[in-house]
Amino acid sequence: MLLAKIVGTVVATRKDPRLVSHKLLVARPIDPGGKTDGNYLVAVDTVDAGVGETVLIVSGSSARMASGMKDCPVDAAIVGIIDMIEVSD
Amino acid sequence: MQLARVIGDVVVTRKDENLTGIKLLVVQPLTPERKPAGRPLVAVDAVGAGVGEEVFFVRGKEASFPFYPLEPPVDAGIVGIVDHWDLENT
Repeated sequence: MLLAKIVGTVVATRKDPRLVSHKLLVARPIDPGGKTDGNYLVAVDTVDAGVGETVLIVSGSSARMASGMKDCPVDAAIVGIIDMIEVSD
Repeated sequence: MQLARVIGDVVVTRKDENLTGIKLLVVQPLTPERKPAGRPLVAVDAVGAGVGEEVFFVRGKEASFPFYPLEPPVDAGIVGIVDHWDLENT
């Protein structure tokens, strides 16, 4: 899973019907130290995350296993809001 | 599967309900020479691994299989703790 910081929201009116009423957020992957590497991705939110929060993103077909995402055309889902990352050297 | 070292852990209170009770660890993939290979990622722990240990982990939907019949939304999971590995000199 990826660590990421939420940096924005996405509004899409015309979309796959299975994506209706799911919130889409723009996220930047970070390393455990909090540094971003320049990439962006759009992820569907299943835990009520918001801009500025650090989250856990599951990608690939596993994203469909997130709550309420069964059979939805998604490849990245936010499945947790991170309280703390502890890394030892 | 890939070799990695566990370098940390992650605390997540608000999460998918199927993740409840599952330990999340930060792993750094390693080359056979024990050098970092790529960026660290978060993996679920299915074998009781801890920080500092060398492990191997599986990517993709298969990472959820150890938790069957639960289907936690995970894409990387530690499935073994490495005792040692040996390379032939080539």
